[in-house]
Amino acid sequence: MSQPTVKEVLFNPIFNNNPIGLQILGICSALAVTSNLNTALVMSVALTLVTGFSNLFISMIRSQIPNSIRMIVQMVIIASLVILVDQVLKAYAFSLSKQLSVFVGLIITNCIVMGRAEAFAMQNPPLLSFFDGIGNGLGYSAMLIALGIIRELTGAGKLMGYTILPTVNDGGWYLPNGMMLLPPSAFFLIGLFIWGIRSWKKEQIEKPSFKMAPQVSSKEAY
Amino acid sequence: MSSQKESTVRTLTVALLVCLVCSIFVAGAAVALRPTQQENRLLDKQRSILAIAGLGEAGMSGNQVKQLFNERIVARLVDLETGKFSDEFDAGTFDPLVAAKDPALSKALPGDQDIASIKRRERYSTVYIVEGQGEGEIDTLILPVRGYGLWSTLYGFMAVKGDLDTVAGFGFYQHGETPGLGGEVDNPKWRGMWPGKQLFDDDGKLAVQIVKGGVDPQSPRADHQVDALAGATLTSNGVNHLLHFWLGENGFGPFIANLRAGEA
Repeated sequence: MSQPTVKEVLFNPIFNNNPIGLQILGICSALAVTSNLNTALVMSVALTLVTGFSNLFISMIRSQIPNSIRMIVQMVIIASLVILVDQVLKAYAFSLSKQLSVFVGLIITNCIVMGRAEAFAMQNPPLLSFFDGIGNGLGYSAMLIALGIIRELTGAGKLMGYTILPTVNDGGWYLPNGMMLLPPSAFFLIGLFIWGIRSWKKEQIEKPSFKMAPQVSSKEAY
Repeated sequence: MSSQKESTVRTLTVALLVCLVCSIFVAGAAVALRPTQQENRLLDKQRSILAIAGLGEAGMSGNQVKQLFNERIVARLVDLETGKFSDEFDAGTFDPLVAAKDPALSKALPGDQDIASIKRRERYSTVYIVEGQGEGEIDTLILPVRGYGLWSTLYGFMAVKGDLDTVAGFGFYQHGETPGLGGEVDNPKWRGMWPGKQLFDDDGKLAVQIVKGGVDPQSPRADHQVDALAGATLTSNGVNHLLHFWLGENGFGPFIANLRAGEA
């Protein structure tokens, strides 16, 4: 297998191999933190940094990690980075960290971070792994930001807290769709995005894992 | 090479080293950032107390908040059992929420009394007072309240004017209700419906109430009623319950009665 280039690992995950869209990873937080754009942005930055640096550090010590404990070592590094991010947010972006609450901590369990560490950083040199982490973070971010924009705009008529569509409650004309603020709406939106991406990039469509057999007897037709 | 890498000693060494390095980073960050975090938490609370008391304006800088808070607001400790002021602890540093978890400083609430679903109630609580012109006169009294809504415990303050009846402001500084539905407890428009409402009726009984379907302005009880939040019945009920708990006999009820009688 030829070595992937920095450009490939950085930009492929955005559309060609989106962690949410194609690999269907990290859905939990994508539902939880995208009810407004602010939290979606902070979560994106946090996850991108954690994925990038965990990939970097894991790749740096990859030849030292014994196979039997490799996952736990990866977890320790990821968890440390997440705590670091959480502490920094609490100190310098207090109100945002209050809104994100438990979800920053839950980056630890985000499959994207662990997935990239195991699939990429364990086999590739540090710098390339770092960019792979950043790239996957960007793919996740792109999805989160798109969700955040749609949900906040249609659900609250605002973007980053600024009113775009004045809502009826505040004397405007826009009747907000409360469902868009609830987590399930992100599910529908992600579904639509996946549909969109796969209609555009046909190679992402998976082969059906089973096929209905044709009817063999005329009896079954009735 | 590979057998050496997989040996038990090697495994243990790598595990220990990784843990050591990581713990140094984590502990270092926690220690270095703790003062800033505590300051943030305090500032956040002070900011909401000022906002609910109707002092200062939104978007004040941290220093302005601190200065205004120190100038205008006095923290006092209240013994909820006796309903009187107490000097048992320093009101500036005492944390009622920590005390509520300490068996020595709190009591478990039996189910029928625990309408706000807080499980334990602290014995001492901190109230904040905006002092009036005269000696010991209260311009605004700010009481901490908390209770369970739909998903989360809501933490907030109820500010009452010097007559200990008229609401000066009401709001929450921490909650995890659904944004756009229960989260609308933060909506300035909803909060704006509170000032001027009367907590108690003419007989001195607790009368404040959140009603569904809008307040009928003709109703004799309209002065005590506030519209419920649209699409957030359980949060509205929670807010109603927590007000009734904290203003009732297990909360600040005795304290308010004592204040009225001039015996606090």
